[in-house]
Amino acid sequence: MKELIKELSEAYGPSGREEAVRKIIQGKLKPLADNMEVDSLGNLIVHKKGPGKRIMLAAHMDELGLMVTFIDKNGFLRFSNVGGISPHVLLGERVVFNNGTAGTIGCEKIDSMKDLNFKKLYIDIGASQKKEAEDKVRIGDTAVYQRNCLDLGGRIISKALDDRVGCAVLIQVLQEIESPANDLFFVFTVQEEVGVRGARTSAYRIKPDYGLAVDVTRTGDTPESETMSVALGKGPTIKVKDTLIISHPRVKKLMVDAAEKAGIPYQLEVLERGGTDSGAIHLSRGGVPSGVMSIPCRYIHTPSEMVDYQDVIHGVGLLKNILETPLE
Amino acid sequence: MLLKTLSESSGVSGGEKEVRQFISHQVRPHVENVETDILGNLIVRKKGKKEGPVLMVASHMDEVGMMVAGFEKSGLIKFFKVGGIDDRVLLSKVVQIGPNKVPGVIGAKAIHLQKPEERKKSIKVEDLCIDIGAGSRDEAEKRVRLGDYITFSTRYEEIGDNCAKGKALDNRVGCAVLIEILKREGYPYSFYGVFTVQEEVGMRGAGTAAYRIKPDLALAVEGTTAADVVEVKEEGHVTTLGKGPALTIMDASVIAHRGMVSFLMKLAEEKGIPYQIRRFTGAGTDAGRIALTRQGIPSAVVSVPCRYIHNPAGILNLKDVEYTVKLVEEFVKNLPEGGFDNEGID
Amino acid sequence: MDIIDFLQKISTTPGVSGYEDKVSEIVMEEFKKYSHKVSRDVLGNVIALKKGLNNGPDTPKIMLAAHMDEIGLMVSKIEEGGFLRISSVGGIDPRTLLNQEVLVHGRKDLPGVIGAKSPHILEPEEMEKGIKLDKLYIDLGISEARANEMVSVGDIVTIRRDFVPLGEKMAAGKAMDDRAGVAVVLQCLQELQGIRHDADVYAVATVQEEVGVRGAIVSAYGVAPDIGIAIDVCHGDMPGVPEHKTSLLGKGTVITTGPNIHPVIYKQLVKLAEEYQIPHQKDTAPGPTGTDAWALQISREGIATGLVSIPLRYMHTSVELLSMEDIKHSARLLARFIAFQKHDGLKELVACF
Repeated sequence: MKELIKELSEAYGPSGREEAVRKIIQGKLKPLADNMEVDSLGNLIVHKKGPGKRIMLAAHMDELGLMVTFIDKNGFLRFSNVGGISPHVLLGERVVFNNGTAGTIGCEKIDSMKDLNFKKLYIDIGASQKKEAEDKVRIGDTAVYQRNCLDLGGRIISKALDDRVGCAVLIQVLQEIESPANDLFFVFTVQEEVGVRGARTSAYRIKPDYGLAVDVTRTGDTPESETMSVALGKGPTIKVKDTLIISHPRVKKLMVDAAEKAGIPYQLEVLERGGTDSGAIHLSRGGVPSGVMSIPCRYIHTPSEMVDYQDVIHGVGLLKNILETPLE
Repeated sequence: MLLKTLSESSGVSGGEKEVRQFISHQVRPHVENVETDILGNLIVRKKGKKEGPVLMVASHMDEVGMMVAGFEKSGLIKFFKVGGIDDRVLLSKVVQIGPNKVPGVIGAKAIHLQKPEERKKSIKVEDLCIDIGAGSRDEAEKRVRLGDYITFSTRYEEIGDNCAKGKALDNRVGCAVLIEILKREGYPYSFYGVFTVQEEVGMRGAGTAAYRIKPDLALAVEGTTAADVVEVKEEGHVTTLGKGPALTIMDASVIAHRGMVSFLMKLAEEKGIPYQIRRFTGAGTDAGRIALTRQGIPSAVVSVPCRYIHNPAGILNLKDVEYTVKLVEEFVKNLPEGGFDNEGID
Repeated sequence: MDIIDFLQKISTTPGVSGYEDKVSEIVMEEFKKYSHKVSRDVLGNVIALKKGLNNGPDTPKIMLAAHMDEIGLMVSKIEEGGFLRISSVGGIDPRTLLNQEVLVHGRKDLPGVIGAKSPHILEPEEMEKGIKLDKLYIDLGISEARANEMVSVGDIVTIRRDFVPLGEKMAAGKAMDDRAGVAVVLQCLQELQGIRHDADVYAVATVQEEVGVRGAIVSAYGVAPDIGIAIDVCHGDMPGVPEHKTSLLGKGTVITTGPNIHPVIYKQLVKLAEEYQIPHQKDTAPGPTGTDAWALQISREGIATGLVSIPLRYMHTSVELLSMEDIKHSARLLARFIAFQKHDGLKELVACF
């Protein structure tokens, strides 16, 4: 599965431009899906038929990005953030566009780090004048972090593990699952990072009986971190609450029961800031009981997000167990 | 002049009646059907040669403004802002209140009476009152009511080289464009023109109208920020007056459908219509709500650059308005029969 | 049940957003007595239908929405020594939490106290600052091992607070926001027993309002009414707050106008209050009302929405204070409003534009 995570996390796919990621997933799942479609926002909906209830599983394909808003006469690019990026992590960062054009991020002279904001930053793609830059990049093009996926043995560092690791979990589950006890819709969503948009329209389309997002979550296991009980390596988490959802108690319970029954380690998660696709799914139409399984992840939204490989493996196991149990 | 009447009409979010009635009167002879929904959106169906992909062209009628919030014993009026207004522009302005357009002024303490440190501070809306010349609370309450909407009292005027000045250009200019589109003929497919309500307080009308119409695609026509002025560096201009309609790649509410944006660009180039890309990702439009309605609706935004929007007096270029009409007209006339999807986008 | 007894009962029952089941049991039981059918949707909204007598295609379908959830706390971490860290559910001012008595709803309900240093050991600077939530903890007086056995991350915590009658007409307590609104809806259903009405009425006690009007979003979609009236609390008069931003306690029900409110609904409410001499006050909301009305208005193709409120002091504390009289006046007005909706009522709601 590590290769799958590497392939997915290294792919280019900021919000609104998820097609490269979608293509990889389409290629892998084509032989396994009963039906596969792309909706008008670009969500990939993979149907795996089964008896029983309609379950929507969601992992988002999009990652953070930097959209070019201006090219100056010397060929420097000004940009806005796509999704929640802190300007601090961008200093000295390298970025890459869809056509392979790479650059580094520079900063105007500032007196104090407190003055740092996106307006002070620019991308330098090595062009010496406007025309040269415009040959490679247009206003509206979006760059992503240029980082490779690094296997540290037990743990993995990469950009965009949020939420390509969730995509990997869904793909792996679909590949491993033998006899789904429920009617499954694996949805690889778009535009999560700009407001859980893809999940909202795809949930309306699918009309699920249950919703389950697979995403990453923050941890409280680093030096002087926030007071959160989630740690790397202690298993996937079952979410109780975040900014966008209070998990349905029934869904939370069936996830806990599945983990206990299969002897899979898990952690309960209360997230102070952040949300996932389930935030949109559970408010679709007349309401959808929903929950979230998260892979604990350090340094979320930086170029170097870190997950524990065993947490991913256990996540696949837990999800399979949930889906192989008929739901009422 | 269409834009003059539109700009001078009162239509703060939730109180769009005057604007709606004017538009309804303007478009009725040219369209198949006109109806109003329960929020006050004006929904118009324009007949084409045949039925095809269902297009919704949306333009919001409402403007930012104020609302009567309370009365002082003295007869002065406390007020709330409706929509996003910078408190500092309120000082020393003339306003009109309620359906009877009762005139009033937002006063400011004379400079002579202020201490030096007071003069340096911005004054907050909480500390301001509107004076309608009433001598008591009773007298004031006879002339205006609690909850009455308040607009700036600004005359529309053509100034400079091809420019116009007025209030509420965001988004009466969009309304003017859409009215003009509806008056023209020769469209291949029937489509909907929707004049929406309450965009400025959270894009409230567009979503319910889209839910009702179930369009296959949507185009929002807007007045957008132009900051091509002294004091702003070129990278902060967002849009430029006189360079044609602006196309949105992304704002805070929507990522425009890429197929539609490329189509609009190609069309503009083919037809010799100047256009620019909106160089900013902040703020939102009706397209944000429409795009997420039901199963999702491919949406794009075409805007007329306007300086000083959300202020008592904005400025736009009338050439930009003409080109915007042209671009929207060509878009509606050249709509691909199959609409737009996500297959085949690189 | 007498409305004050009812309010006392639901105000003291725990029902934090997402975990409203205990309070919803009581609400269902009471709503059932005065309606034809009561059900609960998948998110837990309680929906009671009281049928109208003459319900044609143009008779508006009316939904009343009052939220039954309350703000509260949730265990976020079990620390060494068995102390519990907490996260807030809804908008809580952490400064109001210092040294409150709480119930942790773990394997069973465990009483505890939110710790506060005694003044002897406080540094003078500390006293100057408002305390932050992540510095607070709950002390259950049990060991870490016992805490791990009895409590899980994600368990709900509520403040223990009795209902405090103040004189003859006032009362204070927790969760008056918006159990007072639920009491209004119940009393409205009671009043409707004696009044003829044509329209179908869906009385909904919504969930998860405090975390983003979530129950109203899905219940409005499910019920699909033509008219939606939210019943909530608004800020009561108190020193230091401008008059035009508050309403007076005990001076009647509050009728709001603004973009969130359909102009005809507002006019009808005011007219009926005047006609039936129901004490009332007017209020303005220039944008979001911060109530279920905000969600109702834009459900599906749009709903004609109104807002009726009860003035309340000290909102989002555990000593929210109100006048019982305002509850009664609000209920009377709503009953009259419902009775007023006739078989062709829908037309007027559009014709006004």
